[in-house]
Amino acid sequence: MISIQTLGFSYPGAGFRLQVPVLSVASGEKLAVIGPSGSGKTTLLNLIAGISVPDSGQVRVGETTVSQLGDAARRNFRITHIGFVFQDFQLLDYLSVLDNVLHPYRISSALTLNRSVRQRALELLEQMGIVDLQAHPAHSLSQGEQQRAAICRALLPQPALILADEATGNLDPDNKQLILDMLFARVDDNGATLLAVTHDHELLPRFDRVQDFADFRGAAT
Amino acid sequence: MMDSLYIAWRYVTWNRGKTLVLIASITLVAFLPLALQALLNESERQLRTRALDTPLLLGAAGSALDLVMNSLYFDDEVPARIDMRAPAVIDDSGLAYPVPLYVRFMARGAPVVGTTLDYFEFRGLQLAQGRQFALLGEALIGAEVASRLGMGVGDSLVSSPDNLFDIAGVYPLKMTVAGVLADSHSPDDRAVFVDVKTAWVIEGLGHGHQDLAKTEDSSVILRQEEGTVTANAKLVQYTEITPENIDSFHFHGSAAGYPLTALLVVPEDDKAAARLRGRFIDDARYQLVRPDTVIDGLMESIFRIKQVIDAVIVIVAIATLLTIVLVFALSLRIRRDELETIFRIGCSRMTTARLLAAEILIIVVASATLCGVLLWLLHVNSAALVQGLILR
Repeated sequence: MISIQTLGFSYPGAGFRLQVPVLSVASGEKLAVIGPSGSGKTTLLNLIAGISVPDSGQVRVGETTVSQLGDAARRNFRITHIGFVFQDFQLLDYLSVLDNVLHPYRISSALTLNRSVRQRALELLEQMGIVDLQAHPAHSLSQGEQQRAAICRALLPQPALILADEATGNLDPDNKQLILDMLFARVDDNGATLLAVTHDHELLPRFDRVQDFADFRGAAT
Repeated sequence: MMDSLYIAWRYVTWNRGKTLVLIASITLVAFLPLALQALLNESERQLRTRALDTPLLLGAAGSALDLVMNSLYFDDEVPARIDMRAPAVIDDSGLAYPVPLYVRFMARGAPVVGTTLDYFEFRGLQLAQGRQFALLGEALIGAEVASRLGMGVGDSLVSSPDNLFDIAGVYPLKMTVAGVLADSHSPDDRAVFVDVKTAWVIEGLGHGHQDLAKTEDSSVILRQEEGTVTANAKLVQYTEITPENIDSFHFHGSAAGYPLTALLVVPEDDKAAARLRGRFIDDARYQLVRPDTVIDGLMESIFRIKQVIDAVIVIVAIATLLTIVLVFALSLRIRRDELETIFRIGCSRMTTARLLAAEILIIVVASATLCGVLLWLLHVNSAALVQGLILR
């Protein structure tokens, strides 16, 4: 699903350089990425999603070489093929829970919002246990409920790849397990691939594989 | 675009306070100059219409503007007075007929216009109720006065004293409404019309009181000698003219000296008007003016002032628009996380721009709609507003 070769990236003016010689993730695999803070885990997710462009090497997601796409094509690819789950949920306060879940469909011409999509959104909310909160403003939800809504948003377009950046980092232990259960169940339902950055080593046994960033060379140049 | 409008609508309704301030600012900036222009246009229309309907005006030498504003629009700035010798001058010319005006007093907030029945014929005023005034102390009221005071035929209204603390000044006179004029959409709607003699009674030149020859109360008599009886202040003066006391009303002094504020002068034709104007060019006592030329001069002054106001409005508008741009710019900074989120999800630049444009569009359309509604309300009420605010 993901194929990375001789990836190199540095932020302009910063002393940091990310280098990933080889990384492959099979379709349907659940990969946990661990490593110390500042080692470049989030940067790696950004490069896979096409948010950032590598200085060297290439990133392939499925049959698409993301690193060779232009800006508009990368955005289009991202919204149709990749679901993002953020540590701080990043829901929009002024939208209801349902509108937040449907948001990708409203901001992309590549996705068409119709009755079946709405139905699927409600089913997702039902599966995540927050369908009763669909009309509530996002900010009125608890943190656990907000992350569930954020996961629904990431999953609704049925992306082949889910990128989760510390998705449970802001949650209490009970919610952490619950949210992860739900995320794994929905990823399995969709047959999607999951690449999750985490600091929480307790969660690692639940993943198919763990990639430690210490195995790459991410260091000051 | 509908999706962008939906999201934008959610955003602007969520941020109600900011949105309302922006809408109010844009509406005011757009509405103020348009409203000012509309009011000025309506003022000009009303002033010109009335002025063009009035061929000539004779008054005492002095301010032509005061003369016109008082005689045509019943403004409370009373011009220098002429007297009853003036109508004779016009009559003697054989070129026009005069309609006397004495506009000095008020009754329940409405100007009291002392005139003759010729005035109603000249202005083409129709009765909606009742009849013309026929007796001393009777009044005709304009349509707006009747509506505002809830009055009709048979009701009465009292003239306002000139000065509450001047016991030797003008006493209030209770007047009976003989008729109500039909709506004419002119200053006549806001006036109370009485016979000029009734106006002189209000002035104190005519009065009615107990018959001193028949009174049994000797304490009201100050002095009595050779058929002349002088009363003291105890003598009761009538403040209402009734069938029982009307015969006691009488005027003192020479009728030729009774005051008027102006004469409407109605010439036979343009030639007569020109000849008449020629006769008064160098007159030291009187001025004979064409109201439309006086109003033209007034409008020129108003438009010069309006140009200054327009310049101020332009500066205020620029400042307001800059503030609005600043508000949007600061809003974008505050929304950096939100914009970053939709970028990370995969929103295109075009869609991001469309979302922001939709928010601006909603605010501009709401402002334009509100401005339109205000302008429509202004248009519907402009005639009354101009009469109430400007031509009071």
